[in-house]
Amino acid sequence: MNPHRRHPLVIIATLLVYFFLYIPVIILVLYSFNRSRTNVLFEGVISNFGPIEMEGSNVVQSPCGPFHWFCELSKNRDVLHAAQNTLTIAIISTIISTVIGTLAAFALARYQFRMRTFSEVSLYIPVVIPEIVMGIGILILFSQLFTMLNQTMNMSGDNRLSLGLSTVILSHIAFSIPFVTLVVRARLQGFDISYEEAAMDLGANEVVTFMRVTLPMIMPGVLAGALLAFTLSLDDFVITFFTTGPGATTLPIYVYGLLRRIITPQVNALSAVWILLVLVVVFALQRLQSRQT
Amino acid sequence: MAEFAVELRDVVKTFPNPGGGEVHAVDHVTLKIEQGEFFSLLGPSGCGKTTSLRMIAGFEWPTEGVVYIDGKAMGRTPPFLRPVNTVFQNYALFQHMTIFQNVAFGLEMEKASTDDINRRVGAALEMVQLRGMDKRKPKQLSGGQQQRIALARALVKRPAVLLLDEPLGALDLKLRKEMQLELKALQHQVGITFIYVTHDQEEALTMSNRIAVMEKGKALQIGKPEEIYERPNCRFVADFIGESNFLTGTIKELAHDSVSVILNELVAEIVGIPIGTLRTGQSVIISIRPEKIRIAEQQNFTNNALNGVVKSVTYIGSETRILVNIDGVELAVWEQNRISTLNLQAYYSEGQNITVHLFPENTLVLPAD
Amino acid sequence: MIRRLREKKSLQGNLLISPTMIFMVGMLVIPLLLTAVVSFGRRAPDGDVIFTFSLDNYARLSGLRTNCEDGSRLCFDPIYAQILWRSISLAFNTTVLVILLAYPLAYFIARAPAKRRNTYLFLVLVPMWTNFVIRVYAWLMILRTQGVLNNFLGSLAGLLNLHFTPLEMIYTPGAVLVGMVYEFLPFMILPIYTSIEKIDNSLFEAAADLGANPIRTLRRITLPLSMPGMVAGTILVFVPVMGTFIVSDLLGGRQVILVGNLIQNQFLIARDPTFGSAASLVLMVLTLIVTFIYTRKFGFGEEIVSA
Repeated sequence: MNPHRRHPLVIIATLLVYFFLYIPVIILVLYSFNRSRTNVLFEGVISNFGPIEMEGSNVVQSPCGPFHWFCELSKNRDVLHAAQNTLTIAIISTIISTVIGTLAAFALARYQFRMRTFSEVSLYIPVVIPEIVMGIGILILFSQLFTMLNQTMNMSGDNRLSLGLSTVILSHIAFSIPFVTLVVRARLQGFDISYEEAAMDLGANEVVTFMRVTLPMIMPGVLAGALLAFTLSLDDFVITFFTTGPGATTLPIYVYGLLRRIITPQVNALSAVWILLVLVVVFALQRLQSRQT
Repeated sequence: MAEFAVELRDVVKTFPNPGGGEVHAVDHVTLKIEQGEFFSLLGPSGCGKTTSLRMIAGFEWPTEGVVYIDGKAMGRTPPFLRPVNTVFQNYALFQHMTIFQNVAFGLEMEKASTDDINRRVGAALEMVQLRGMDKRKPKQLSGGQQQRIALARALVKRPAVLLLDEPLGALDLKLRKEMQLELKALQHQVGITFIYVTHDQEEALTMSNRIAVMEKGKALQIGKPEEIYERPNCRFVADFIGESNFLTGTIKELAHDSVSVILNELVAEIVGIPIGTLRTGQSVIISIRPEKIRIAEQQNFTNNALNGVVKSVTYIGSETRILVNIDGVELAVWEQNRISTLNLQAYYSEGQNITVHLFPENTLVLPAD
Repeated sequence: MIRRLREKKSLQGNLLISPTMIFMVGMLVIPLLLTAVVSFGRRAPDGDVIFTFSLDNYARLSGLRTNCEDGSRLCFDPIYAQILWRSISLAFNTTVLVILLAYPLAYFIARAPAKRRNTYLFLVLVPMWTNFVIRVYAWLMILRTQGVLNNFLGSLAGLLNLHFTPLEMIYTPGAVLVGMVYEFLPFMILPIYTSIEKIDNSLFEAAADLGANPIRTLRRITLPLSMPGMVAGTILVFVPVMGTFIVSDLLGGRQVILVGNLIQNQFLIARDPTFGSAASLVLMVLTLIVTFIYTRKFGFGEEIVSA
């Protein structure tokens, strides 16, 4: 019995909020088909296929037809490079932070040790301080560190240590670990230790027990943590902004750069592709999950 | 082979108390378990029976004392290096493996050959009558079936000793009774030592060669089922096993095999059997089981006869259970219904005057603890 | 060696946590300490840091000045206090609005039949899976003077034969607020949904049985029991908004300067890491204080571990 669910106010409010959530997305995708290069007003869709022809600031003909901007996107080396960076960073930082975070989850869920309170606190801090504070801190750390190292080791020119892919990866690992730990720890707390005892009873030592019994059983939790870490890394802007350097641009940073300069519908095309990719991946994961159960 | 399958010598296990201090889960326990016997650890929850079992298995290490398996001191040997296997209370079957993989797991750890594994797993499943379940997952099996797989998984390794931690607890009554008999038969068939933990005294009495009754970390009495039942050595054991009436008193006269006691609750003197070391004038507890009290038709006994009034009569079917009120003290008396009757009132009714007789040989006099 | 490891449990624990500790100390604790140290320093002409102990930056932040325009010894320049206040009120307003918008939706999903719930949740999450920056861009497109909204209103006015001047929506605090609410709506929907979903159906039935009408049930049963969700959501919204700079940059232009913009500006343009560090530290302390007071009163909402 749902006393208020059918209440018209709730339903109207719900619809309005969904509307609010989707309008920007819809407009974004729609405008990726915009004729106008300046992308201010919607001038219609490119209907002619053929070599590029412009009318003022409108593209009236293109080899890709209405998908003109998507084609432009695929030729854009910067975007592809940024995408590659984003993926590389996400994959590497996810793998490392998942492993480290899982170990930490075990430590916190099962052991008493002296560094316990300190680790709990330091894992909680990234959640309650604004990202920019952490980003600034890391920036200061690296800039001071590099200046010092460059001087003492007499590096110059291209050999100098500077912000780049590795600094971004390190910082991504750092902010992912607390989340992985949280998820895996929650999973561990419901874990019945008699499974491990049974394995040891049957002759498996600690390592074999972990690999053959414990890990498979907590795998859903570990994967959830990894997924979270991956998402956080993929989407991160603030911390990446302060720890990145030339050549290590990620997609969010790239888009931000674009937005402060010229805005063509290419940005929209990028957004549309992004959304499509995410949907495809999510559907694939759902299929995979339902096949497992 | 050593003299004893498993031995605990003055074993102590303490845990830190969350509120401060220590908890003595196992308090100076010494056990000698014979080869091939079905030995039960019996007691209420928290008595230390499971902790003792876990120390044999290797999941806990004794704070003091030594655990010997087949004559060898175990020290801090981890579970996977001990020649014992455990059947867990919740079965602990590996959910992500098939039944076959579960049972084969222990053999894999022994690095047995594939042929060997196939043969032995098949035989183990056959033994618990679950052949053909190989490819299923634990979730697909009923509680009883899971329990038997857990058994098969442990037995396939041919351990010297099998440890069972309240394995029948999750089963319904009828299944439990069936499994009790099956386990007993299995132990006979396989011939290895079984150490069985339970809080169900009927279960222990049914299945065991010997029982250790435990309470608050101590082993109060160790003996055969009939010894534990007929000659409990303290109030707790008398109370925990079966039912018992209790009275208190002081020793008046003490002989080698009989003792007379002046009761506290009643103006009467009782003769009984002394249990343990007693002295004249000592405060004692008298224990007599309800089925051991006779209802007399008339006063024709010289001693241990008490007059009272029937307070309630309960018909159980095979028994009639009567509560007799003797000057404010209630005694339970159970009588087997040997003669079929459709009219209970003919025999006993509330308010009826009645005389009960306590046979001296069944009246136990225990030290008051 | 393995023997010792096996026997000493605390050693195992320490070993397992050590890689995490290395990262957290190296990438969080030390950076924060460094930030504090730098904040007490002075700016070198080339933008570098002179390590010393000076409270200049903090004095500047507080607005106390000794070189006053009207010649008096001490005066108060509220510029930085204003920035701080703007950030706090934006965070507060965003949180309140987000709660108001999120609650009905969360409620709807939580009380929907179990089969449909995942679909509804999925629908909430899809927009969130587009990129953060992209979502802000979308609002730029909508709120611009020649943007979608104005176009729409213009055509509407045209249909009704009314005169219409395009609204100046972009580059105002309002635009920033809309952007922030949009960004953080899902972060409130999910926790509130989780806590309402946990309420046993029989509680609603009991309330109805005892004579409570829907409004009373909402006020006395649903709202109190969904508090953990709102608390968790508040922390997930308030903290990031305090430190934001992109939304205010893209949607607010130069008109809306928040603490985040100030800090970013100091590090990248003005090249005064010492002042920026001081601002960063003040931001952190302020956020921690507000969070602390808040969780003291309302708890952590840790009853929920929403993914």
